[in-house]
Amino acid sequence: MSKRGRMSGNEAVALAIRQIDPDVIAAFPITPSTEIPQFVSRFKADGLISTEFITVESEHSAMSACIGAEATGVRAMTATSSAGMALMYEVLYVAASDRLPIVLAAVNRALTGPININAEHSDSMGARDSGWIQIYSENAQEAYDNMLMAHRIGEHPDVMLPVMICQDGFITSHAIENILTEDDAKVKAFVGTYEPEHHLLDPNRSVAIGPYGVSPYVFELKRAQAYAMEQAKGVILSVAKDFEKEFGRSYGFFEEYRMDDAEFAVLLMGSAAGTGKVAVDRLRGRGVKAGLVKLRSFRPFPAEALAEALGGKNKNLKSLAVMDRSEGFGGFGGPLGAEIRAALFGRTNGLKVVNIIYGLGGRDIRVEDFEDLYKELDAMQGMEARDIPYVRYLGQREI
Amino acid sequence: MATEKGKEKEKMNPMGDIGETSPWQSLTQGGFVYGEGNSVFFNTGDWRTKAPVWKQENCKQCLLCFPVCPDSSIPVSNSKRQDFDFFHCKGCGICAKVCPFGAIGMAKAGEEGSHE
Repeated sequence: MSKRGRMSGNEAVALAIRQIDPDVIAAFPITPSTEIPQFVSRFKADGLISTEFITVESEHSAMSACIGAEATGVRAMTATSSAGMALMYEVLYVAASDRLPIVLAAVNRALTGPININAEHSDSMGARDSGWIQIYSENAQEAYDNMLMAHRIGEHPDVMLPVMICQDGFITSHAIENILTEDDAKVKAFVGTYEPEHHLLDPNRSVAIGPYGVSPYVFELKRAQAYAMEQAKGVILSVAKDFEKEFGRSYGFFEEYRMDDAEFAVLLMGSAAGTGKVAVDRLRGRGVKAGLVKLRSFRPFPAEALAEALGGKNKNLKSLAVMDRSEGFGGFGGPLGAEIRAALFGRTNGLKVVNIIYGLGGRDIRVEDFEDLYKELDAMQGMEARDIPYVRYLGQREI
Repeated sequence: MATEKGKEKEKMNPMGDIGETSPWQSLTQGGFVYGEGNSVFFNTGDWRTKAPVWKQENCKQCLLCFPVCPDSSIPVSNSKRQDFDFFHCKGCGICAKVCPFGAIGMAKAGEEGSHE
């Protein structure tokens, strides 16, 4: 039986960690994810978890310690944000190429320049090609649920890849929300135990993990990694199915909100989806056929399923705004915008697409901003595709 | 001869027949290497430009040569050095430099063991 509660995204993730009771947590504090290791430290002091808690001197060390721990065949986790993730950058790739299903609680925060502590996706976007599975959460509930599914996805024998569960800094990590939590025993049974085929402490089969890769092997090993990421797609869906059967909440690659007959849609990730849904409801009340797609799995990127949802299946859809909470300097918009465009190319007829950069450095996005955006999407219908700018900025001052 | 020895060892290699022509599907997950001491299966003797030549008639079996070999290309059996292990010898010439009796010469690669 689910239990009703009220907690922040960080508390929700910490609760999931307590229930999972991983073998090792190595973490270094950084706003806004600091609370997660702080809660873990308290659980440890109170004897609620058997986790080995390693307080390291940097995030590079945190991830390195996780790699070492996970290679011995145990579950290792960490949490970080922003510059912390940037400092892990080198070893994120090592965790993925060594096929170690470490789980990282990412609390998205702007990368420095200028220094800022608020929500932005620039930190995890920088790690989008590191080989980590990336799952984004809209609210505390999703952060909790995604964390309960993370190990099952990453540790699947066909996958064996590290997993990042992302939530928006402060907006999700610190706001107290209603949430349904699950019984410890049920969570433990759902998550199961980790029994890797090979690990460093196996006395019966010695193994070297992370050896130097000479040129005749590296290309093939990367290809195997790419294949594992492809395999993760099916696993993400099957774990979500099991999760729904056990706990009743349903997840997929993305959520389609009032998309059935939608003519105008926005596609985005994270907390702003909640605000967008309120705008969709308001507009629907006024007869505007608005819809919203919230992407959950960014890595692996469900290109075919998105193309089907936005073109193949939905013939009514006329214009789409893809929203990035991350700038792609010198590109043609943000990473989500560029990838969605590429996924749709040649698969949707006449769908007009604009990329919107919003919410940088924690800039608030309001229901009214979404309403204005849907008006723009309506106006785009009458425009030639070549006259629609690739990228526009929302909620930013300009002359 | 040494190469044959290498091939013999290969038969016991826990990595099986994984090699530089294996397709990606045949490699181990994450490039893991199984078993211990398996550098012995790796042919490092295929890129030397010079090769040592053991002149047995000059050799006093003083055994100054084998400890200085940066690999383990001078096998010792019953306190006597044997011929070079050309599966691993990179032809660095340190053994030839160390030998006080002129029992190790250096030849062009490909002329290994020409002096019997």
